[in-house]
Amino acid sequence: MSKVRVLVGTRKGAFILESDGKREKWEVSGPHFAGWEMYHLKGSPVDPNRIYASQTSGWFGQIIQRSDDGGKTWHQPGTPPGEPVTTPDGMPKGESNKFVYDVSAETGKPLTTHQFYDGTQHPWEFKRVWHLEPSLTDPDTVYAGVEDAAIFRSTDGGQNWKELSGLRGHGTGPKWQPGAGGMCLHSIILDPSSRTPETQRIWIAISAAGAFRTDDGGKTWKPINRGLYSQYIPNPTAEVGHCVHHIAMNPKRPGVLFMQKHWHVMRSDDAGDNWTKVSGNLPTDFGFVIDVHAHEPETVYVVPIKSDGEHYVHEGKLRVYRSRTGGNEWEALTKGLPQSNCYVDVLRDAMAVDTLDKCGIYFGTTGGQVYASADAGDRWAPIVRDLPAVLSVEVQTLG
Amino acid sequence: MLPQHLRTLAHVGGDVELDVEDPITQRSVLDALEARYPMLRGTIRDHVTQERRPFLRFFACEEDLSHEPADAPLPKAVASGAEPLVILGAIAGG
Repeated sequence: MSKVRVLVGTRKGAFILESDGKREKWEVSGPHFAGWEMYHLKGSPVDPNRIYASQTSGWFGQIIQRSDDGGKTWHQPGTPPGEPVTTPDGMPKGESNKFVYDVSAETGKPLTTHQFYDGTQHPWEFKRVWHLEPSLTDPDTVYAGVEDAAIFRSTDGGQNWKELSGLRGHGTGPKWQPGAGGMCLHSIILDPSSRTPETQRIWIAISAAGAFRTDDGGKTWKPINRGLYSQYIPNPTAEVGHCVHHIAMNPKRPGVLFMQKHWHVMRSDDAGDNWTKVSGNLPTDFGFVIDVHAHEPETVYVVPIKSDGEHYVHEGKLRVYRSRTGGNEWEALTKGLPQSNCYVDVLRDAMAVDTLDKCGIYFGTTGGQVYASADAGDRWAPIVRDLPAVLSVEVQTLG
Repeated sequence: MLPQHLRTLAHVGGDVELDVEDPITQRSVLDALEARYPMLRGTIRDHVTQERRPFLRFFACEEDLSHEPADAPLPKAVASGAEPLVILGAIAGG
């Protein structure tokens, strides 16, 4: 019997929601890491019991947590090589919260600076991990997208982290700038058709720098923002500086990408080299989340948000919009969702799809609700409705 | 004395007592604390600079020691164990 496990990160802890394949009755566990901001949790596609979690705090910094039993127990994976995994008192060790930016090999100085809110140059300062993306082939390899924007990789289960500094170092860094939520690297997509680690294709996106791609496992990177138009930068079609909110891809069709930009919903059919606007008949094309149906690569989901100054759903109605045509033609999905006096937001990593037939769609709101649809969006029901503000939602399809 | 979130992280129920050799300073106390509870590395001091994280404060004997040099001797009452070195989150951000 199939199962699904929904991993929910909130402002005050993590929650795990489990159901059988019918997705009607749910068991809820949590809060895990109560009181901490849980930016993201994601399971390994190779070993679903391996789950990585980003635990963070403005006071105490960044912690990486790992579970090897599907979220029942957790530990900080970092223990220096050769040392026992506990202290003499039996305390677990952990240094997996250590994210240190690379410096120039020639000068020993920082690789680059970025543009601050006021346009002046500013040094990179590590703040938190926004997104964890486990490898498609190795449970011990995981990527981390961080603020200030950079990508790190661990190949030892989250113990040690090394920056893939070709991204920050390729030359456009001084033109990157923070979005309203900080200068975060929030989206990481791994190409399942890449055959070796050396040729692994990866897409990432940064607010507010844009989308970038590597074709060589993270060694070299290039901006892929042709076709984006952003009125809030001096040159609206600049190579970088665009506030991309999220990107999504159906793994069965690598290279076809969908993007929710600050304003505008976009698609690319050539791995990001060129983008086309597909906002079509959406009531507003500002938003954060975007995702693709697991079995229908042209079926796309967004949640339109009123505006960049009003971060809540349009007209007080919580509506998921679905396009079955890869964009441009959108239908509102409302059954089971509040259609009056609703003023929640759905943040960029807070939507996910399972791989059951029919495809399940999940999203969480800043009002603490997690909604599920077991029929690709036709009908919705809340799994939980009173959690802290939801930062992220991921789902694992088990069995 | 640790803030609640760090007590949870380190799996300690109350105040932490440490045996620290002279000189007893912020640095030597934090070194001893992190040696016993390695999961706290990076949560009180920055991993690289070893500077106090900006939203944490150090109090002892009704004094704010947050801006004292890391190698300055702590008050005798703290060194003797009569008074705690209080590490707490600054009241910022709600």
